[in-house]
Order: sequence, then structure tokens, then C-alpha cells
Amino acid sequence: MNISSIKEALKNSEFRSIEFKENFGELLVTVSKSELYEFLVFLRDSRALRFRQLIDILGVDYPSKENRFEVIYLLLSHEFNIRIGVKVAIQDNEPLPSVIDIFPVANWFEREAFDMYGIKFTDHPDLRRILTDYEFEGYPLRKDFPLSGHTEVRYDDELKKVVYDPVKLSQAYRDFDFESPWEGTEYIKREQDKKA
Amino acid sequence: MAKTTKTMNLNFGPQHPAAHGVLRLILELDGEVIERADPHIGLLHRGTEKLIENKTYTQSVPYFDRLDYVAPMNQEHAFALAVETLLKIKVPERASYIRVVFCEIGRILSHILNITTQALDVGALTPSLWGFEEREKLMCFYERVSGSRLHANYFRPGGVHQDFPVGLKEDILDFCKHFPKVIDDLENLLTDNRIFKQRNVDIGVVTPQDAVAHGFSGVMLRGSNIPWDLRRAQPYEVYDRFKFKVPVGKNGDCYDRYLCRIEEMRESTKIIIDALQTMPEGPVMAQDGKVTPPSRAMMKKSMEALIHHFKLFTEGYHVPKGEVYRAVEAPKGEFGVYLIADGSNKPYRCKIKAPGFAHLQAMDYVVKGHMLADVPAVLGSMDIVFGEIDR
Repeated sequence: MNISSIKEALKNSEFRSIEFKENFGELLVTVSKSELYEFLVFLRDSRALRFRQLIDILGVDYPSKENRFEVIYLLLSHEFNIRIGVKVAIQDNEPLPSVIDIFPVANWFEREAFDMYGIKFTDHPDLRRILTDYEFEGYPLRKDFPLSGHTEVRYDDELKKVVYDPVKLSQAYRDFDFESPWEGTEYIKREQDKKA
Repeated sequence: MAKTTKTMNLNFGPQHPAAHGVLRLILELDGEVIERADPHIGLLHRGTEKLIENKTYTQSVPYFDRLDYVAPMNQEHAFALAVETLLKIKVPERASYIRVVFCEIGRILSHILNITTQALDVGALTPSLWGFEEREKLMCFYERVSGSRLHANYFRPGGVHQDFPVGLKEDILDFCKHFPKVIDDLENLLTDNRIFKQRNVDIGVVTPQDAVAHGFSGVMLRGSNIPWDLRRAQPYEVYDRFKFKVPVGKNGDCYDRYLCRIEEMRESTKIIIDALQTMPEGPVMAQDGKVTPPSRAMMKKSMEALIHHFKLFTEGYHVPKGEVYRAVEAPKGEFGVYLIADGSNKPYRCKIKAPGFAHLQAMDYVVKGHMLADVPAVLGSMDIVFGEIDR
């Protein structure tokens, strides 16, 4: 089983929107959102492919593109010892079908993509935040989310509870940009002080 | 007359010694039987992926030590492989051998910790005392080769940071000679121990089909009788040159997973001996001035080397545009890095696939119908480390 035979099998399938790309010996297939669910079912159940295991789901944020988010499903076939990536591009606020009933493991992966990028999955039974704090706001892995975050946490001795304050940096986070030495360094703290 | 029963909610953790870190497990109990388990994770979330997007490739390496902090170098390995693939550089043979040696040391480190703490969770104290003595020795090897016991920052894209210091090879060989005896001792304490077996045999049984569907990898998969090991199936570095067995379990219960780990430690010891004895001489870093830093001695003599050093540690190297997924067989399962480079000196996206994330997710499926006392046993056999799950 190699890449060309997978390509052959996929070309003969009913899916029209697929495009191939080869990345260092691994196949990355781009598929349209409408065909995604059936395509994953096909990959799992086809006797010639048997991609039975979902390795991971990851989101990628490209703020400048029209389809802002890319979601990549990584699959593995133990029987044929081969991997495949399935990529789908979506716009902001555009939901994807949940694939939990194809791969049960997708549950937390989808929750993570939702938590980090705000990508919504329809028919997900329990789309809660997973890695961030209980009342967290915003989607931290989006490119427009600042590295320092918006809030910081401390224990208030008088209120006897944990309180959230807007983030205040005692030392500026210095993001040295060595690629363009003539523009100087951007100091987050200076911007903050200006606003205050 | 209909009998009405009420389920009880129990908060397990986040500060429970058997929770292996900061796991908050909300259990719905019917008497002592578990009806539902809902793990709340993220208490150790540090935003590693976000931080990596804002650091150069060189600066990203240490973050991988902090994921699965029980076997740090195995994590660095996946990142190094991904970057090397994108840069299309080849690692010198000696560096590959050193990587193999330290990956296997990492595996032993992780398995000792797991086996002994699993034993601790079900009531056996002595294994952890004996096991930690051996871990101490292994961490000394880490220290001697990299300068630190845990956060090694040793496997860097292009090879390994430094060659072995004098005498390390002999000392590791010496360790490998007596280590099988320690495994025997541990087995004497546990393998036929009545209490250990009562707590582990037939607990947390996972069928092969479910193991695949729930995304298990590593020992969790092999314990369920699926012979799948990335070192064998998709060999990276020089793993194809070594002979080793891939132990598999029969029943897929906690006890089988324990047995797999014991056997894997024996195989790892063999691989280490093999690798040390066949290790060739030569450089340990790829000789590419634009990617790997020059040696101290060169910097004293060559102006170009000095410039390269300065540029590499300020700007860092640029990785050509592309995306790649590279996975290694970490002690806990398949640890992978999906790296998207945009041609700059920082990764555009670095997704870390942690094996424990999928394993912990299956907690609800595995413990459903078990007794409350089985939860620590299942948790222990899953080999949960929160550094990698929460990232």
C-alpha cells in the first residue's frame, strides 16, 4: 500500500471535491465541508483503505484568508501502515459536522478545537471548553488573541476567593523582531500605558 | 413497587495523590458502582502551542521537555524530526544512535515511574522505593549528557547538542548489566502478588476494536493485543537496525498493560546495549552552518562561525514553507507534532498530539460499571501525565 494506490482508490470513489497534496511522503487530501462526513466514513470503512484510527484533529487560523480556519483530521491505518491527512477549510462561525459517531475519540479533539479556535461542531453532545479555565472568554489560539491573554488570576485575601483582573505586566514582554532590524521592537506594556 | 435510587456525585481530585497530577474527575456513583466519569482537565494548561508560535525554532525545544516531564527527550524527538523533515537535513549517524539510547532511557524512566506508582495506588509501597533508585541513576545520565536532570533541551533539530562525556558510555553499559536484575526484583514483588493481581486482573478491559476506535496508542494498544509499535512499523532514526520484540497483552486489562511495560523495559535495555556497542564515531550535529551552531573552538578562530552563532541565537534559522506530521513511539504512546512553517523563523502552527489525551478521554468508557476503588488502578495503568495532556 502506498500513496499512489490510495490516490487511485480515492479517484475511483464518488467524491468530487477532493484534491491531493503530498507532504514529505504523506498524503494530504483537501475535501469540501459538505463531503467531509461521508469522506471520513468512506476512509474508515473502505476495505482497500481501513483508516480505522483518528490520530488527531487540529485547527489552523489564517486571518487573512477568506476561509479563515483550516481543520485537519489525521488518520492512521494499522492494517496498511499508512497515514493520511484530511483538510477542510471553513469560514469564521461556520460549523462543521461532528464525527464522534465515526470515531468516538473525536469528542475531546473537537472540544479542543472549539476551545482554542471557536470552531463549532454540529451534533456534538457536549461542546464545552476543555483546556482553559471554567469561565474563560475568547479563543486563545486565534492569531488575534494576545500572547499575554486578557486576564490574570490572583487570590484575594479580603474577599477570600480567586479574582480575575485585567492583565498587568510588571515587565514588558519584549518581542524582538530580528527579521526587520530597522523598525524597532514593539513593547506591549508601552501600548498598555498609553491607553491607561 | 418501583424502587427509586439516587446517584451520588463524587469529586475525585484535583488534589488527590492517586489522580497522578491535577485531574479533577467527577464521578457519578450508584452505591459504589460508577455510572459516569467526567474528567475535567486543563488545570496545568500553559498554552504551549501558543508560546511556540511566538518563539523561534531553537527556543521551542525546551517547551517539549515540559510536556511529558517523565521522559522529556522523547518529546523533543518528535519536534526535532518534524523540523528536520521540513529543512531536509540529515542527522549524522552517531547522533541517531545517541538519540536511540536516550529515547530508550526515557522509556525506562517513564515505565519505572508508571509501574511503581500504579503499585503504590493499589497499596504496594516498596516497588516505588526500589524503582526510584534506578530512576535516579538514569537521571544522572541525563544530567551528564545535557546538564540537567529533567529539562534536557538535548535533541535539537540537526542532531544532539553535545557528544557523550568521557566515561558515560561505560557507565550506561554498566547500568544495563545490572538493571534486568532490578526488573526481576520488581516482578518478584508484583507479578505474582495476590493483592496486585486482585486489583488489576480483569480491571479496565479494553477490546482491540475499542482500543482503535478510542484512539489508543502505545502500551494501551499493545495491551489489547494489537502488535503496533511505531519503532517497528514506521522506523525513524536507526531503529530498523536493532532487534527487539514488541510485547503484546492478551486480555487488555490493567494487568496485561503492566506486563507489557515490564517486558518493554527489558527490550529497551537490550536496545541500549546494542546501540552503545555499535555506535559509530563522528559528529553529533549536522554540519550546516545556517542551521546548527558552530563549535566553541571554531568561534574563536573563524569570523564566519561567530556571525553564524550570533544570527542563530538571535534570529534563528528560517524553515521553508510546508507542513508535516511526525510521530514517535513515546513511552506513553504515539507522540506527534504537526508543524506548519510559513518560511519565517517561527513555527506558524505547532500542534502537539499527546497520547495521554486520547487515553484519558476513554476514562468514562473504561471505568463505567467498575467500582470506585478500581479508578486509581485504571488511571495508573493508563499512564497519565498532565504535562502532556494539558499542554
